[in-house]
This record gives sequence, structure tokens and C-alpha cells, in this order.
Amino acid sequence: MGEFTMPSLGADMDEGTLVEWLVAEGAEVARGDVVAVVETAKSTIEVECFESGTVTELLAEPGTTVPVGTPLAVISPAASGPPAVAPGPGPAAAAAPATPLVRHQAAEEGVDLQAVHGSGRGGRITRADVSRAAHPAPARIAASPLARRLAVSLGVDLAAVRGTGSRGAVKADDVRAAAGSTGAAGEESAPGAAGGESAPAAPAGRAAPAGDRDRLAIARLMARAKREIPHYYLSTVIDLSAALEWMRTENSRRTVADRLVPAALLLKAVALAAREVPELNGHWIGGRFVPATGVRLGTAVSLRGGGLVAPSLADADRLPLPDLMAALKDLVARARHGRLRASETADPTLTVTNLGDQGVETVFGVIYPPQVAMVGLGRVTDRPVAVDGMLAVHPTVTATLSADHRASDGATGSRFLTTLDRLLQHPEDL
Amino acid sequence: MTRDEALETIRSVIEEVVPGADLSSVPPHANFREYLEMDSLDFLNFVELLSGRTGLALPEQDYASLTTLDGCADYVAEQTRGTGGDPS
Repeated sequence: MGEFTMPSLGADMDEGTLVEWLVAEGAEVARGDVVAVVETAKSTIEVECFESGTVTELLAEPGTTVPVGTPLAVISPAASGPPAVAPGPGPAAAAAPATPLVRHQAAEEGVDLQAVHGSGRGGRITRADVSRAAHPAPARIAASPLARRLAVSLGVDLAAVRGTGSRGAVKADDVRAAAGSTGAAGEESAPGAAGGESAPAAPAGRAAPAGDRDRLAIARLMARAKREIPHYYLSTVIDLSAALEWMRTENSRRTVADRLVPAALLLKAVALAAREVPELNGHWIGGRFVPATGVRLGTAVSLRGGGLVAPSLADADRLPLPDLMAALKDLVARARHGRLRASETADPTLTVTNLGDQGVETVFGVIYPPQVAMVGLGRVTDRPVAVDGMLAVHPTVTATLSADHRASDGATGSRFLTTLDRLLQHPEDL
Repeated sequence: MTRDEALETIRSVIEEVVPGADLSSVPPHANFREYLEMDSLDFLNFVELLSGRTGLALPEQDYASLTTLDGCADYVAEQTRGTGGDPS
């Protein structure tokens, strides 16, 4: 028997909110199936299970916020007998264990205790379980992640908002309009995040407003990074004329759907450089550097409405460029509009910030612990450059490296940026 | 496609790429990409959808014509007229 627990979806996550179950009790699941949707301080993420078997018990209610590691469901290995019940101190009686108070409540509310799943210790039925059985939770309201967050921070009940999105989904503007019309702005009056009216089945903290939680999560992680990591910084300007010329030729042969953007070339080059300079690709764990076996490239994606997520592109060094481009499009689209998979939030081995086409020319990032480096790519911009003793105007990018001086020295960082430059001069090999 | 139809199509595509975008705040001659903070992937997404709706190839060298609502509407109206005129 295995427990499906609230996963850690990043170094800075210590609790998460169960938004939705995608499986029911009794469902057969295979390792890798998406079974639940979890909301972290930063985004909504689809979570896969790591075991195959039967979901014998769902322990947590949607809307519940619990610490990382809290059991959410019980999964029994395939081909096991009757549904396993969590072992507990209580005797395994035929009738589900319940206190007299709960029995009394059940009688009053007309709930059959035999049909109720106990979520307490040893499968004990709690008052919350009875309330749930008597008043089933409303169906999940279709709403965008941003709308959900706004609803919590503005104290708007999503169920009372008329959605104007596709299939009546509630959009952020609908929530703003609802907040404006009722004048509801007090955060104290905020209802539960997902309409779960019953008491949580597991220890839960009252969640802070989502906007604040975003900021707090980033604040905690960045403070830790600057407290613990002695950063050193390097910068170099890379001529992109060869890379962009090659890309233009490629794109003229491609349909719109298959066109590349400069970010894809840059990310591929960074991934290859990370493979060539493995001293920067890995984690600082237990007082020493642990090199990673593959390159999982974290790509910082800014979210509309604020915030930042850094999902990872697995095997970015080995993906052919068109595949990397497709993966990038998919990842960014889902990070912004939909949901990421838990496997995509697994700790990256190296992170890149700024997709490089708007904004400033130079960015020096703060390293995400326990990673040991962060690559910054500024806006691609035309600059005067010296070519064969002549002045020319070429598209360029300023590439920076923030690196952990405990794990590497400037010479290593310098080798990384030089390698990145060399790789970008041969775009056909990317 | 008339210019009005083109503009309507462009607006709906932008709204799809940038959910909740307030297009009424974007001046017709302004660079809507900058206005709406669309990065290169958003813009590619926009080009892809617009290509699908209009049947135009929208080659990369024409991207410069697609930066403002006005320019974009002119371009699409012109290109879908099927006169075979030289777009450049």
C-alpha cells in the first residue's frame, strides 16, 4: 500500500492546496498518470502518481491546504484484495468507527454511516465527513488560475460570479467586476479557495491571500539565496548575426507552426554549454556540489498578472531544436494559461532568466537554491561591433552568468560563457 | 476580407493570445506587442492563429507590417484581396 502525498514542487514550496481530484476512489491508476491538481503559491500544477494500483481512499478534500508530505490518498498495489484501510489504533470493526457525537450528528442529518468514508485516524469518521456526506461539495467551478487567485484576494465567492469565458468559465475580469459591484474588498471575508465548505481532513493552515503568498514564496527563496550563496557575476556580449541569419533561412522554409524564435536557439546553446561545463550544472547539497546527470533547463516564465514560474525542460541538451521549440511553446503556454505537470517543476539543474526579446539588455539573476548558477539573457539588440577591423552593426545579446563561488570559480564561469558564444556561432550544429 | 473584418479577426486573435487584454486601451498606431507585453512566443502564437484564420502565410520578413493594429489590418485586408499585388 502506498500513500500519495502532497509533493514538493520546487525548493521554495512548503505547502500546497489540493484543487481537484482527477480520479475517484476505486480508480485504477498507473505510474505517471495525472491524478490531482495542486495549487502552489506560484501556479496550478497537475500531479502524477508514482505507483500503479487502485486508489482505495481519497484522504483530502479539494480546497484543503496542507504541508508538503501530507498523505492525500491511499493507493493499493494492483491485484490486491479488498480495499486497504489505513492502519490505526482503533479495532477493525465491521462498522466504521465513529464517536457517539458523530453518530448523533449522522442521525440528525440523515446520513448512513456505512456509506461514509472516514478520514480520521484509523479510518474513523469525523464530523466533517458526515457534513460532507450530508452536503456534497459543489461541482468545481470553471475558472482561470488568475481568476481563482483574485477571487481569494478580493474576497469574492467564485460560485456567485457569472463567467464570460468559454463555456462560462470565470475570467479575472469577471472577478474584478464582481468585487467592484459588491464592494467586497476585505481579505478577512475571503471564503475558502475552491468552495470547500467542510473542515479539512488533514491539518491545514488558513491560507494567506494568494498575491501575498506569491510574494512571500519568492521573498523567502531569494533571501535564502542571497544569505547562503556567495554569488559571482560574469558578462559577455555575443554576436548573434550568424545564428539569426541561419534562423531566418530556416523559418522561410517552415510553416508558421514550425517557426523558431531566437529564445529556442539560445536555450539550446545554454543546455549544450551546461553539458560541456558540468561544474555549473547541478546542485549544492550538504556542503558540496553534486553534478547532475542530465540537463534540466529551468526557464523563468513571467506570468500575466505578476509572478514568475521556472518550469524545466528535461533533456534540453539532447532535444533536437524543433522539438525543443515545441516543448518551449507548450511549456510557456501551460505555465501561463493552464497547468504544468509536477515532473516539469522538478528541480532544474540550471536556470535561464529572460526569454530575451523585450525589456532590458542585461540581467544578472539570483540563483535558485540549491542550483549553483543562473544564466541571464537580455534583449536581442543591434549594436556596433568590430568585424575584421571594420565597424558593423550586428544583432547581439548580453549573456550573463551568476554563479555560486562555493561550487565554482570565475575561470569555470568564463569557460561557460565562452562556450556559449562558440556554440551560437555555429547554429547549424544546435 | 474587408479592413473591418480584418481588424475584428486581429482583435479576437489577440484576445485569445492575451486573455483579458484591454484592446480599447491600445492606440491603433501603437506597437501592440509592447503595449500588451507580448514576448516572442506570444507573438508567434498570434501569427500562427492569424495565419490559420486568414489563410495567409505571414512570412517572417513581413512581421514588421504586423506590429500595430492599423498596420496589421491594412496588411491582412490587402493580402486577402487576392489581387496578386506585390506585398512589399
